[in-house]
Amino acid sequence: MLKYFDAIRTLISIAIALVIAFLIITLVSDQPLETIRIFLTGPLSTTAQIGNVIEMAIPLMFTGLSVVLLFRSGLFNLGAEGLFYISGVVAAIIAIYASMNGFIHPVVAILAGSTVGALLSAIPGIMKAKWNAEVLVTSLMFNSILSGIGLYILNYHLRDAAAFANVSYKFQETARLANLIPGTRIHTGLILVLACIVATHYFMYHTRWGYELRMTGSNRAFAEFSGIKTGRVIITVHLIAGFLAGMGGSVEVLGMYTRFQWSDLPGYGLDGALVALLAKNNPLSVVGAALFLAYIRIGADQMSIMSDVPAELISIIQAIIILLISAEQFLKMWKNRQLLKEAEKLG
Amino acid sequence: MDSFWSVLFSTDFAFSVLRVTTPILLAALGALISNKAGIVNIGMEGTMLVGALTGVIVSAYTGSAWIGLLGAVMSGITLSAILAYFTLKIKTHIILGGIAINMFASGGTVFILYLVSGDKGTSTSLQSKVLPNLHIPLVQDIPVLGPILSGHNVLTYISLLAVAGVYYMLKRTPLGLQIRSVGENPQAAQSVGISVAKIQCIALLLSGFFASLGGAFMSMGYLSLFTRDMTAGRGWIAIAAEALGGGSTIGTFIASLIFGATNAMANALQILKIPSELIATFPYVATVVGLLVYAMIESKRKKRKKGI
Repeated sequence: MLKYFDAIRTLISIAIALVIAFLIITLVSDQPLETIRIFLTGPLSTTAQIGNVIEMAIPLMFTGLSVVLLFRSGLFNLGAEGLFYISGVVAAIIAIYASMNGFIHPVVAILAGSTVGALLSAIPGIMKAKWNAEVLVTSLMFNSILSGIGLYILNYHLRDAAAFANVSYKFQETARLANLIPGTRIHTGLILVLACIVATHYFMYHTRWGYELRMTGSNRAFAEFSGIKTGRVIITVHLIAGFLAGMGGSVEVLGMYTRFQWSDLPGYGLDGALVALLAKNNPLSVVGAALFLAYIRIGADQMSIMSDVPAELISIIQAIIILLISAEQFLKMWKNRQLLKEAEKLG
Repeated sequence: MDSFWSVLFSTDFAFSVLRVTTPILLAALGALISNKAGIVNIGMEGTMLVGALTGVIVSAYTGSAWIGLLGAVMSGITLSAILAYFTLKIKTHIILGGIAINMFASGGTVFILYLVSGDKGTSTSLQSKVLPNLHIPLVQDIPVLGPILSGHNVLTYISLLAVAGVYYMLKRTPLGLQIRSVGENPQAAQSVGISVAKIQCIALLLSGFFASLGGAFMSMGYLSLFTRDMTAGRGWIAIAAEALGGGSTIGTFIASLIFGATNAMANALQILKIPSELIATFPYVATVVGLLVYAMIESKRKKRKKGI
């Protein structure tokens, strides 16, 4: 039992959040049972809905993976949000203005977006590594800065005056990512993100670099003392995390849209923190965590379309999950009792 | 260019600086108190938003702006109490707790707004009340200063009084001393019999109190209704102001005023064809630069110490 303590605690946290959600639905809805049924089974009702879940999980996996790397190295950086956004803008610029053939075009756009993400991410990283500037505050400030710059580029340089909404010119057909499964909008970004996850897992657990990262995360002073250049580790982690968040933004823009249309931060960066939390900072678990989060979101969307409960209920569920999962003391009593029992058995 | 300067040196401009500074300053004072106690509350944006909505709903149902304000403050304190329970009692990471508050607020306020008014965008269908503007006798007759200082919303005056109040509280009262000692060295504070958790809890509740006052100003003073995401990043600007202010009350006040001035200047600067999107990033850029300079000085000082 004790071996699975973390997993059990995660499941109980989710269960409590869902029970509270059901209670709210019961209070609010005229047909609570039907509403709950739609919320729980809606995402499985058609192929297109299952497709929606997987499509939504792709950006969540990218930002989740990015945040896992940062959290694992002990860095409380929430900058994935802004990087995701600005990289989407960069990819959109190339998708609109460059002319290339069908295979090269998205590759160049994604690489450009990811590189910009990596370089911007390095700034708080260098500030932390060299002068120990608090990475939390700087990364939060960068989110707002990048949001303003991205919006400026959209409004002044990309905006299509002929379109009805505040959106960019149309991307060229060559830039869009290929569809993977007919009947859904699942695109090749899925393969890319799964490859990134496997690669990160390999690097984190099977290379010297990953060992240094984990050591720096558990105790920077000790890691430094044992000969690890922690400053270099911190900057490298920032570069890679920024690259991944940037790739996520670029892939999302090219895979799901024909025009750039985010006039605000899309929120996937902070969702990444929730994914990392659900995945217990483990790269491979990011897949399941992102799918779960995408599933309840599509369920909530379905619910708001087909019943009288608004989809924003999801943010209440997410808040409860975050509070409970990251609570160290939650269910500790139970764990201690189990420990005592086992000790008695032995002694 | 001339029209730019004439806008900048008008009493209207100075008046609007104080007006737009109000929500930033109130939330920044809240962030200051919790940071002083060593606990970083990044849930300011969310707390403001909840305060703004609660003020509107309560004032609409009771018909009194003052009871609405009380409701807003209670909601902010309650939200902070939940955060305090999770972070201090069952040890949720404080930053993740703050993210949870913000996530809850951004969707939860829309959820509640929809249930109460049937609209997901604004609270126009609610007959909510507005807090009064005060015209100060004598002061309002002084030339130049009168039109700048008089006629503000009551919360603007409260925010200015709060600067003095927080300064006095942190510097001169036993509570302030305890807050600072807990923030600087919790072990030492514990060893002289201060309950660290209790002081941090009080600091968190105070931060929620000030953030919700800022939120109430948004929906019951700055505007007369609630709109979706109406705080629009002011909670983050408040955190920036606290950081740039170097953790001092006066510094926080000055930084808030500067950010309020940039905010008010956005209109004037548009005459010069500087895009408002870029002006909006100024507080954050200034804070990053400020933090960088501060960190450089700090690390140089440490190195010098090591040298000796």
